[in-house]
Amino acid sequence: MTVARTRRARSREMIPEYLLSEHQLEEMYYYMLLARRLSERMIALNRQGRAAFVIAGAGQEAAQVGAAMALQKGTDYLAPYYRDLGMNLVLGMTAREAMLNLLAKRDDPNSFGRQMPSHWGNTDRKIVTQSSVVTTQLLHAAGIGLAAKMRKDPIVVLTCCGEGSTSRGDFHEALNFAAIHRLPVIFYVQNNGFAITERSEKEMPVENVADRARAYGIQSAVVDGMDCVAVYQTVRPAVDQARRGAGPYLIEAKCYRLWPHSSDDDDSRYRTKKELEEWAKKDPVVVFRQRVENDGIFPREDLDEIEHRADEEIREAVQWSLMQPDPQPEDALGFVYKEL
Amino acid sequence: MAEITVIEAIRSSLEEEMALDDRIFILGEDVEAGGVFRATEGLRTKYPGRVIDSPLAESSIIGVSIGAAHYGLRPVAEIQFADFIHAGFDQLCSEASRWSYRTRGGAYLPMVVRTPWGGGVHGGQHHSQSIEAYYTHLPGIKVVAPSFPADYRSLLKAAIADPNPVLFLEHKRTYRLVRQDVTTGPAETVIGRSRISRKGSDLTIYAYGLMMHESLAAAEALAAEDIDCTVVDLLTLQPLDVETVLEAAKATGKALIVHEDTLTGGFGGEIAALIAEHAFEYLDAPVRRLCAPDIPAMPYHPNMEHFFMPDREKIAAAARELAAY
Repeated sequence: MTVARTRRARSREMIPEYLLSEHQLEEMYYYMLLARRLSERMIALNRQGRAAFVIAGAGQEAAQVGAAMALQKGTDYLAPYYRDLGMNLVLGMTAREAMLNLLAKRDDPNSFGRQMPSHWGNTDRKIVTQSSVVTTQLLHAAGIGLAAKMRKDPIVVLTCCGEGSTSRGDFHEALNFAAIHRLPVIFYVQNNGFAITERSEKEMPVENVADRARAYGIQSAVVDGMDCVAVYQTVRPAVDQARRGAGPYLIEAKCYRLWPHSSDDDDSRYRTKKELEEWAKKDPVVVFRQRVENDGIFPREDLDEIEHRADEEIREAVQWSLMQPDPQPEDALGFVYKEL
Repeated sequence: MAEITVIEAIRSSLEEEMALDDRIFILGEDVEAGGVFRATEGLRTKYPGRVIDSPLAESSIIGVSIGAAHYGLRPVAEIQFADFIHAGFDQLCSEASRWSYRTRGGAYLPMVVRTPWGGGVHGGQHHSQSIEAYYTHLPGIKVVAPSFPADYRSLLKAAIADPNPVLFLEHKRTYRLVRQDVTTGPAETVIGRSRISRKGSDLTIYAYGLMMHESLAAAEALAAEDIDCTVVDLLTLQPLDVETVLEAAKATGKALIVHEDTLTGGFGGEIAALIAEHAFEYLDAPVRRLCAPDIPAMPYHPNMEHFFMPDREKIAAAARELAAY
């Protein structure tokens, strides 16, 4: 049941205080909302016993949507990490596909039920298949960057990780390699404050991951990852610059993990309700809506309509995906080796 | 092309393939200057920009190769000594081996990792290792270990053409020791096939790398004693040519597996298990393994190095015992 409604065409003219158009701002809100509401629905399905595992990016929607919108869809590569639902949605993943992935259905285009949920990958969309191991993908991004540079293809690779994983060797090796060869790679660190239970002071002796970039001769920036507009305005120039051959860039988006690490985690062991309440006030999806509404970019009913549209898409996707076929046991076999 | 060494077989194959396909490039430590074993000598000048020195970081070499292969290039990575590949194990195990599997073939990695392995060069614990067993345990990776120059040529070319990650093991002791006229050498080899290099009726010896040469020498010596050996050159360890392995065991009823890797968990166990499982009724003797002793790695002093490694005398002794069983 869809509500028939004529949507006003959004202007593509730039709004000075945002340096973005109405069209872009609507997209931002839509994708942030879609990511959040999908994740909420996933948790509900987990609690109902219909989805074995959920790992989400609540609190990181602005960081993800703003950065992904700075890429050229279908041209640029994304080497993601497991919280990047928002990035995938911007780059073309549908709500249906997200649900197929959650439920490990036979036709999930990410891994066809072969990996845990949120282990992304879609060759057509230039989203690089990922594992559960953290920061290995940063070296893959460097390799894609090297290949593109050798072929003189004007593409950019954006690769993501959390701050916790920046202690691993592959993080440092990838920064080093990309810097030596001035590769078109954006290292995008989503600092959500937690590596499962550990705070960053147990992970690194410096305040910012971005500070580490200097040692590799890489330009870096810290951005408020709760502000989608600021994220876009920081990532976009870095992407443009990398495309022109200026080399890699490290951007650290400071955000906050609003939910436990995963559906299996109990965060009351390591953080207080009060802390959560403080951060909930900065919820990037809520704050964005308030801002565009207060600034008179969109009237309330338009924003309600966007929410309604996202909810309808999700409702339909859930119903549809639950009826999709599961993999057969023997689907475990095959494709161990690629045959051409 | 007259008689060439193993290293020349490798170098010439790289040179020829790079001429045919501009997606092929080389990444590794010191490769621009030709590499420490001279496998890439002259290639940088001939193919500018396609022979790339890497930082001294094995995970980088393999991880970057994965990315480049995913993009559509054909990286041939060099790990300077197999002993140092362990730092890149995660990239091969957690990533490369599963790339095709986890995407149902939607993404794949046409990449080769070449690396010198094996002992007999006074390389001590960290320049002598056999690493094959770690990687034969990773379906998704192909593991190739030739012995003769002609096979090095055809298998390296096949590895480059293969759409899957191939670990190409080069026995460093044989680099300049073994020569072969590759114009009249054996027919072209493909990945996944073993070869019965010598046919005899008394027992079957299985080997690869340097041990293949030692096994052939032992078989020659034993022939003078009227012990007639079949010798199987395994060539590819993963995926293994099970058919040839079993056929050779059934024909003689006695199997001797030789490798310079340590005994427990070594690749010989897989051959022994296959024979026990599928050729039991053909056997006239227990399957015998001749391998290095279970110590962490090859010791440096020549006395201990010789003690560690199987050789033609030890192989002949084991074969005599087995023949007499």
